[in-house]
Amino acid sequence: MDLPWQMPVALSGILFVLGLGGLLARRNLIFVLMCIEIMLNAAGLMFVAGGARWGQPDGQIMLVLLLNLAAAEIAVGLVLVLRIRGQLRTLDIDDATMLRD
Amino acid sequence: MDHWLSLVPALPLFSAALLGVAGGRMSERMAGAIGSISIGLAAIISCGILAQFLAAPPAQHLLAVSWWHWIDIDGFRASFGLYLDPLSLLMMVVVTVIGFLIHVFSSEYMAEEAGYSRYFAYLNLFVAAMLLLILADNMLVLFVGWEGVGVCSYLLVGFWYQDPANGVAARKSFIVTRIADTAMIIGLVIMALQLGTLHIQPALQQATTIWHVGGAMPSLVCALLLIGGLGKSAQLPFQAWLPDAMAGPTPVSALIHAATMVTAGVYLIVRTHVLFELAPVVMLSTACIGAATLLLASLAAIVQSDIKRVLAYSTISQIGYMFLAVGIGAWSAAMFHFLTHAVFKALLFLSAGAIASRLHHEQNMFRMGGLRREIPLAFWCFLIGSMSLAALPVISAGFFSKDMILGAVWQVPHAGQLLWLAGIICAIITSTYIFRAVFLVFFGPLKTEISGHYGLRMTVPLVLLAAGALGAGWLETPDYLGGATHLSAFLASAVGGVVAGSPGWAIIAAGMLAPLLGLAVAFALFKAGFWQRQSEVQPSVLRRFMAGGFGFDGLYNVTFVKPFFVLSAVLRDDPVDRLFDSLARVARQLHRSLRHTQTGQLRRYAGWIAAGSLATLAVMVFS
Repeated sequence: MDLPWQMPVALSGILFVLGLGGLLARRNLIFVLMCIEIMLNAAGLMFVAGGARWGQPDGQIMLVLLLNLAAAEIAVGLVLVLRIRGQLRTLDIDDATMLRD
Repeated sequence: MDHWLSLVPALPLFSAALLGVAGGRMSERMAGAIGSISIGLAAIISCGILAQFLAAPPAQHLLAVSWWHWIDIDGFRASFGLYLDPLSLLMMVVVTVIGFLIHVFSSEYMAEEAGYSRYFAYLNLFVAAMLLLILADNMLVLFVGWEGVGVCSYLLVGFWYQDPANGVAARKSFIVTRIADTAMIIGLVIMALQLGTLHIQPALQQATTIWHVGGAMPSLVCALLLIGGLGKSAQLPFQAWLPDAMAGPTPVSALIHAATMVTAGVYLIVRTHVLFELAPVVMLSTACIGAATLLLASLAAIVQSDIKRVLAYSTISQIGYMFLAVGIGAWSAAMFHFLTHAVFKALLFLSAGAIASRLHHEQNMFRMGGLRREIPLAFWCFLIGSMSLAALPVISAGFFSKDMILGAVWQVPHAGQLLWLAGIICAIITSTYIFRAVFLVFFGPLKTEISGHYGLRMTVPLVLLAAGALGAGWLETPDYLGGATHLSAFLASAVGGVVAGSPGWAIIAAGMLAPLLGLAVAFALFKAGFWQRQSEVQPSVLRRFMAGGFGFDGLYNVTFVKPFFVLSAVLRDDPVDRLFDSLARVARQLHRSLRHTQTGQLRRYAGWIAAGSLATLAVMVFS
């Protein structure tokens, strides 16, 4: 299988832009967290593609690290979702502006 | 003898400390006794040292005591010590003896005043500082005493501090003399830098070897020292503080503002006369300033209505005579006039105080009158003092000293005759204004009621001073009256100086006639009722101008005091601070505008982060 290196880079870029676009557009906190996961996976794909391109294992090691990171992050994120729902009775992040001042 | 000498300034200092710490808990009697006895002991020791000096003079006619090393650094050392030669011995005896008499007088005069022990603490401190000034072997020690007497003068002028006017007078006297002292400090620094030492005798010796007559350096140093002396001695242009200093108690005026402190300027010049001889220009200006001061002050004295202000102006003018004498190098004549002036001016002030104490502290001469028969003691004492001040021939001490000065002035080449003319005119005016005071106060109808009586502690000092004012002149007499030279012979080892010959009969006769002429004028104008009418008519512009001391107060107000107040009003808002305030204002403004970006909107933050990252990337890629 001889994929040109531009393909995974382009895919990764598309994924990242999709995630970022969702992050900026969505107001529901659950979807915001999912968008962050998509952006993280775009970064992970970039690592793997880079590792394959230069024949190095480092890229795959970084992916494992990234998966752990994402898992930890989503665990904290979901706890935050529960707390915000308990406090504000909503998941709209435009209403969660209490830390402004 | 060394230890005895150290005791002379130490005793008053000790009793000042004692009275200052514990005076509040003492009875009046106790405080007065401690204050007077300490000065009395100092006076006895001084007289003992004088007797010893006369009987068996120490080697080279001097005595030096070093107490401790004060400053000892590379290239400059100064010790704290005393130096006694005939000059300082004369001053020491005068200060302690007259100081003692005035303390005794005060102990009765100030009775039942609030702050009785405070008064004696200040007065003792003054005597201690004055003795330090006189006995200093070193310009730095001298300066400590110099400032010490200034502080005591400030404290005593403002003694009745509840009245704000007295506080103003005290501050005025202190600030004016401080201004002059600044010049003196600069002079001392130049001396220290150029001569390498401030010990008076080595410095003077060094000056004669490295400086030549008329050089720029000695002239500069002498001019600066002279300014310091002019300030302390209330000579032109610093004379304005002394008449206001009369706000203090009368014995204070007698001791500080007549007999001792104000003559410190004369002493300073005589002490450093070797230096002044290197600067003929400064000497001549000293003489001219003295002549100008004595004329101005005696003209101001003739229109005063307050008896103490008459005496204050007469002090300024008499010190003018001393400056005239030191200006022409007649050192021992200056010291002779210092001696007689100290005696008769102390007598005049104490008698003025004695009069006021019987008249409910009335000082306006126009409300006095006819007191001759009511208080004969004060009358005779004041009369004797006035005779001495006016220099009535032969029978008064002031005649001999003034005659000696005028005789020496006449014989100075070039400017001599002109200076003599100023001196002789002033002698006529002096006699006129003081006998005007005598006639107004003691003759004519009685105008006020008398109360109280004099105790022994007021009578004895007055009588002793009166005896001195009559007899002290015989220490030094002109040729036609025996030609005694006790004083100048005594001072010879310290100051040397010119020995003037006889100035000729015409000059001698003029010196004798001038005071008599003044007396005749005063008497004639009194008979004609001229003096008495002065209180009734509205004073003319000229008279108000003269009585106010020739407008110097107004001039200084406009040129120095007002600009100073304006400047301080500007500076009180701290204009320099505005610069730093503006930094703070810019920071606060930036903070306000940046605060609007903190909305709490998560999506907006994310958008900014993305935009920022994109911009950073773009810069990295395209640059």
